[in-house]
Amino acid sequence: MKLKKYLIFMFAPFITSCGYNTMVTLDEGISSQWAQVENAYQRRADLIPNLVNTVKGYADFEKETLTQVIEARSKATSVNINPGNLTPEAINQFQNAQAGLSSALSRLMVVVERYPELKANQNFLELQAQLEGTENRISVERRKFNEATRQYNTYIRKFPKNIVAGIFGFDKKTYFEAEEKAKEVPKVEF
Amino acid sequence: MKHIITPLLTILLLYPAIAQDIPKRPVPPRLVNDFAGFFSPDKITQLEKKLVWFNQQTSTQIAIVTVKDLQGYDISDFAFRLGDKWGVGQKGFNNGIVILVKPKTPKDKGRIFIATGYGLEAVVPDAIAKRIVEVEILPEFRKNNFYKGIDNAINTLFSLTKGEFSPKEYAQKTSRNESPVFGIGGFFLLIILSSIFARLQRARHYSVGHSVPFWTAMFLAGSVRPRGGGFASFSSGSGSFGGFGGFGGGGFGGGGAGGSW
Repeated sequence: MKLKKYLIFMFAPFITSCGYNTMVTLDEGISSQWAQVENAYQRRADLIPNLVNTVKGYADFEKETLTQVIEARSKATSVNINPGNLTPEAINQFQNAQAGLSSALSRLMVVVERYPELKANQNFLELQAQLEGTENRISVERRKFNEATRQYNTYIRKFPKNIVAGIFGFDKKTYFEAEEKAKEVPKVEF
Repeated sequence: MKHIITPLLTILLLYPAIAQDIPKRPVPPRLVNDFAGFFSPDKITQLEKKLVWFNQQTSTQIAIVTVKDLQGYDISDFAFRLGDKWGVGQKGFNNGIVILVKPKTPKDKGRIFIATGYGLEAVVPDAIAKRIVEVEILPEFRKNNFYKGIDNAINTLFSLTKGEFSPKEYAQKTSRNESPVFGIGGFFLLIILSSIFARLQRARHYSVGHSVPFWTAMFLAGSVRPRGGGFASFSSGSGSFGGFGGFGGGGFGGGGAGGSW
């Protein structure tokens, strides 16, 4: 028992110089950046009730589009990931739910083009600016998350740190790829 | 052999383009960086002086950048990356603003974006940034009054970040009257306040604190009023110090809004 303690003390400088502490720091950086990503998405979800109400007043017969937005929102907000559990599957699930909301929202924004009165409404214009702002925040935080992940992945894969990483179980982390569905231009028939 | 060389050459040729896309932090540091030749030299000096003055008073940093080409980025994305890379605003407070302009060309519309640092998202919300662009900047830009549009905008940003009026009050003012009248009012207010401040500073110069180093003073000023309200500056020896001290390391998270003309 005493010997084991002794060994840890002997090897402690070796471990720190081999980047164990840096790995922990980088790992934590990813987790906290993930929280920022979720915040940005949450911010978008919070805007939606207000947006839906404003649109409803002008375009009441677009019920289907509005319902889709509401449904996509509740689906998206129900998926949350524990930052300690950023597995590829979890990220993928989160991403799919959010992509559903993105495409429902962009469909709504295309439909809105048909209502000039709504587009002139001050409240709506403000919501639109806010919505654009949340999309910007999402892309910034996602980029920063990927940068943090890349930094970590590069660090743990370099020799000789990869040996330390292997011993302590620092695995390669998943990137948050761009949303495929959100990039498609929604088709609306007039 | 050829099929190896071609990709290699492409990579070599592309590499500088990738590495240079966002402009480097200017040396010596400047708040007005007119890479596109958008303003006349005397206007640049005027804007720079004004922004440096504001930075010294409040520690809030407003950088004006013009570029000819957005290198394929959205203007918003370009502005956030630039703000992060240069570190506009103070570290920890993130009280920086980047006003990015891409002038109109025969092929492409002119674009402008106001990016707000993390710390200013509450005092300059996106909807307000949008309104500043729509109400103060674009009408003047369409008349080719580029300096006036920018000047109006920074006056409003000064007032908002100092808390002279709230975003809500600003929204009410501009929705009642679509013309940027109070932009001029704000300018006069600034002149009056600056003359008062100059007098205060002179008084202080003869009393205490003129041996306080500038960076200590900045730190104090920053920590007393992080969002830059009022005149909590302890900066002394302004006679000897005239230039911009450098960017503080602030970060950007996607706040702001823009428009095109």
